[in-house]
Amino acid sequence: MGASVRRIAAMVLRYWYLLRGSWPRILELAYWPTVQMIMWGFISQFMATNSTWVAQAAGVLIAAVLLWDVLFRGQLGVSVSFLEEMWSRNLGHLFVSPLRPGEWVTALMTMSLIRTLMGTIPAALLAIPVFGYSIFDMGLPLAAFFGNLIVMGWWLGLLIVALILRHGLGAESLAWVAVFLLAPVSAVYYPVSVLPGWLQAVAWTLPSAHVFEGMRALMFEDAVRWDHLAWATGLNIAYMAAAAGVFLHFFNVARRRGALLQTGE
Amino acid sequence: MSQAVIKVEGLTKRFDDTTAVDAISFAVPAGTVVGLLGGNGAGKTTTISMLLGLLLPTSGTIEVLGVDMLRHRHRVLTRMNFSSPYVDLPHRLTVAENLTVYGHLYGLAGVRRRVAEIAEALDIAQFLKKPVGKLSAGQKTRVALAKALLNKPDVLLLDEPTASLDPDTADWVRTYLETFRRETGATILLASHNMLEVERLCSLVLMMRKGSIVDRGTPAELLERYGRDTMEDVFLDIARERRTGGVADAAD
Repeated sequence: MGASVRRIAAMVLRYWYLLRGSWPRILELAYWPTVQMIMWGFISQFMATNSTWVAQAAGVLIAAVLLWDVLFRGQLGVSVSFLEEMWSRNLGHLFVSPLRPGEWVTALMTMSLIRTLMGTIPAALLAIPVFGYSIFDMGLPLAAFFGNLIVMGWWLGLLIVALILRHGLGAESLAWVAVFLLAPVSAVYYPVSVLPGWLQAVAWTLPSAHVFEGMRALMFEDAVRWDHLAWATGLNIAYMAAAAGVFLHFFNVARRRGALLQTGE
Repeated sequence: MSQAVIKVEGLTKRFDDTTAVDAISFAVPAGTVVGLLGGNGAGKTTTISMLLGLLLPTSGTIEVLGVDMLRHRHRVLTRMNFSSPYVDLPHRLTVAENLTVYGHLYGLAGVRRRVAEIAEALDIAQFLKKPVGKLSAGQKTRVALAKALLNKPDVLLLDEPTASLDPDTADWVRTYLETFRRETGATILLASHNMLEVERLCSLVLMMRKGSIVDRGTPAELLERYGRDTMEDVFLDIARERRTGGVADAAD
């Protein structure tokens, strides 16, 4: 018996019910991306008159913050939907149903995509009238940047889920802080060349560094850097496969330890 | 005796140095209600968790509806269901939303119709639009039971289905379970430490203590064997190790 679209849809429906039942949750999705965008928009305006680098591509910092939010929201979307199950002590019911772990993870990713779009699109649209910058002017490469960053968010989220399955809710704060460990080496707001040599080597192992480098190449040189896109995609495939393996391993560890029944605080 | 729907052989679960379930074997005949009876920590919930696949055993085999649960449990999960006071349904979702999600997870045809039907049967139709978190304990139990019966399971595993319920609600749940079994022919395995419940519902009782099955039989057989008038006294004899029946290892 293979994966069931209906069961995946049922789980997406479960998270959608949760989201639509709480307007603060919906508001929260768009709140931080919008606040961040506005803050970096004003910094951009200031920097444009004080930095020749920023002046060459006025929207570079706004584009960076919006794309960074794709990564952050992508990861958070997976981790928080999982945490909802832990908080509601529902894992026991879910995994005596025919739901398979892979179907559940697919639903978490689908919900992450929905949450990310709900969070970042309003901020991206608001940037057009407020700062005169449209990220959509990037054209098709934007889809590649978005795709790579959200997939990176998914495998990061999956690793965090695996750690929470292993260590319980004591590890839940990872869902909010882990991604920021990667921010400095992802070179979101500056070129990778700014980093010390050894840290550059670390940066190139992250899909995000390739995406942001590709974004800057597009904005400053009007060039699509296929090499960076290829690296980002290849790394994402490898990391996603590894994260899936780690998740399944810890899921089975949770089944051995009885952790699926003993969730919650 | 009719064919066994649940067959357990040498089932063992160890957590580090603790043996929670120690090489138990039993069979549950089709269409019967079998009770797992024992005090706290006897291994009832651990046994049920292993039967459902939520917990992997250290050793032993489990067969449900002819399927090896350790290898192919997804083949029969649509025909099983479960309820426990220790596993919640999402509190922020309404009763209808919860039942709808589980209806789809179990692949039911006509989910909306089935939700209305089960809500009517369990007298929860008036709560369908209420969040589960805002229901009383008795109402939550009925909702959990609705979820457990949603797919009209052939095998139903219940972990203390009337725990923390008032006598009236508990009686209502027991009556409903009796009716459900009679009408559908479902097989029910019930973990409980409520003697009244076990005496009323179960045709076979497995007495557990410290992870082992220390005795088994019909309620009448156990009463006779221990020379007691109530199952509560039998339970106390076994829990306090005043006497064991000595048929724990008998063939099923």
